[in-house]
Amino acid sequence: MRIFVPGDAAACAVGADAVAAAAGADVIRNGSRGMFELEPLLEIETPDGRIGFARVTAEDVPAILALRDAHPKCVGLVEDLPFLKAQTRLTFARIGITDPQSMDGYKAHGGLKGLARAIALGPEAVVEEVFQSGLRGRGGAGFPAGIKWRTAASAVAEQKYIVCNADEGDSGTFADRMVMEGDPFMLIEGMAIAGLAVGATCGYIYIRSEYPHAIRAMQRAVERGRSHGLLGRLLGSQHEFDIEVRVGAGAYVCGEETSLLESLEGKRGEVRAKPPLPALEGLFGKPTIINNVLTLAAVPYVLAEGAKAYADYGMGRSRGTMPIQLAGNIKNGGLFETAFGITLGELVNDIGGGTLSGRPVRAVQVGGPLGAYIPPSQFDLPFDYEAFATADGLIGHAGIVVFDDSVDMARMARFAMEFCAAESCGKCTPCRIGSIRGVEALDRVLAGEDVPANLTLIEELCETMKFGSLCALGGFTPYPVMSALKHFPEDFAREREVENAR
Amino acid sequence: MDIEPQIAEILRRHGGRKGALLPILNDVQAALGHVPAEAVPLIAEALNLSRAEVHGVVTFYHDFKSAPAARPVVKLCRAEACQARGVEALAPAFEADDRIEVETVYCLGLCASGPSAMVGDRVFARLDEASARALIDEVAA
Repeated sequence: MRIFVPGDAAACAVGADAVAAAAGADVIRNGSRGMFELEPLLEIETPDGRIGFARVTAEDVPAILALRDAHPKCVGLVEDLPFLKAQTRLTFARIGITDPQSMDGYKAHGGLKGLARAIALGPEAVVEEVFQSGLRGRGGAGFPAGIKWRTAASAVAEQKYIVCNADEGDSGTFADRMVMEGDPFMLIEGMAIAGLAVGATCGYIYIRSEYPHAIRAMQRAVERGRSHGLLGRLLGSQHEFDIEVRVGAGAYVCGEETSLLESLEGKRGEVRAKPPLPALEGLFGKPTIINNVLTLAAVPYVLAEGAKAYADYGMGRSRGTMPIQLAGNIKNGGLFETAFGITLGELVNDIGGGTLSGRPVRAVQVGGPLGAYIPPSQFDLPFDYEAFATADGLIGHAGIVVFDDSVDMARMARFAMEFCAAESCGKCTPCRIGSIRGVEALDRVLAGEDVPANLTLIEELCETMKFGSLCALGGFTPYPVMSALKHFPEDFAREREVENAR
Repeated sequence: MDIEPQIAEILRRHGGRKGALLPILNDVQAALGHVPAEAVPLIAEALNLSRAEVHGVVTFYHDFKSAPAARPVVKLCRAEACQARGVEALAPAFEADDRIEVETVYCLGLCASGPSAMVGDRVFARLDEASARALIDEVAA
């Protein structure tokens, strides 16, 4: 009888370590299934499948082991839970099921197939396969991965690099973390395939320091990968690839790709002007593929099952699946992987179950701190890069943060500016100064001082930041600010407190 | 305290590594609880950088502190998802307790289980008044 208790940080944060200790030495620390309301979710293997027990405490464990499915915390067969059943898990296929650090488990569930096929196909065909899959950068920009790979592949240099951007700093996102903790070999395999495709022998994974569990998981997995042919000479072929895990130091802006490269080089995380493109002059001036965790983690599936199998999912120019993260004030929060095209309303209301507080949904922020606030009147918006762009929003890293009707949108707009000011790298003026001026102007609005004039100032400021900033931090901060202003103008119609008192 | 042997050991560990400054500073911060000003010239010398360059990097990143924390540190997430789940109502309890130091962080990746906090490498989620109080008392003890 195998027992599973997730080792995922979100499970550990609500007591999973104590549950695992109570369940005995043989317990398997799987990744999280991504249903965080149920964590710690203990699972017991039975002939019919794995049965789950929700919100388990260490004290519950003896009774659960004795009573099994008669225990009141039993939620039945985990695979049959509606939240899981409704998903299309390609990237997350193994997460929650296998022991993340077991290479045997990885292979038994389809691992290494992609790399084996990549070796058989050879570099050019691999790049073509990724291009044909329609896979776009999952970090936020949505740039076609295949084009980036082609560019790096065509560059001539004695050294090229693969860099994995694991600096997942957007509030409302945790998919990268779950991949690293729940299926680290998949990420390594994706990077190895990228290395093979463009002729790079060296890779870096840059993980933010706020993710100690993910850092440990990746370090262990890289060690194991080396002794199992997933690194070094790839599956015994003539292709070589190795990875080093690097840790950030608490700078949000290092999630921007050029800033991340600077940081890897040991410098201040200041954004570089583009061109030159990193694919031609990236890390240490060499051709570099820098992709997000989810982009690289999607690659083994694309290679194993073929470009068409991946591209058959999705809508328009958004192909494949997206691991969407439901967060904030939501009843059924967690990781929901599905094909592009699902609507925002389906995600928030049908799957997410509305707010956790039980109050009406007032706004959702999609795409992290730089994403737009969207009101329920636009919940028919399909999850698609182009549809969101048309609605003055962005998918970003696919985090959705839900707010109920107690939210003050003028305060959220101020927070967006405050966050930008705190995290600006300081290189360009619109971002560095504009964000501070934005906080000041919004403070005046909140105090009811000369509101119309200050709102005009904020609009002009946003215009300057949007078009004048070097990167998405300053350039996209206007999205939350302007969307709050556009959709929730009533929150900005403040009056002076002294006048109110009269 | 003479920090030179410790810094020398850390520098030795990262010898020959490309772009080694961040890993070195992360190790110094972990070993000493801060990056002391005296460490800057030692690191600069070893990496063939100017002191200004090293100082610039030290001061850029939020994780590198100029002095060790006087009290145990609780990192409290105050990003949007935790705000939506009520962290602002909990924050005063953390801030009012002078036995601990509260550091604001933006996102611990526990966005469907907030409010959340981190102490050292340990993470805590679903904080409410009672569990926040228990956490503060535990950290302060």
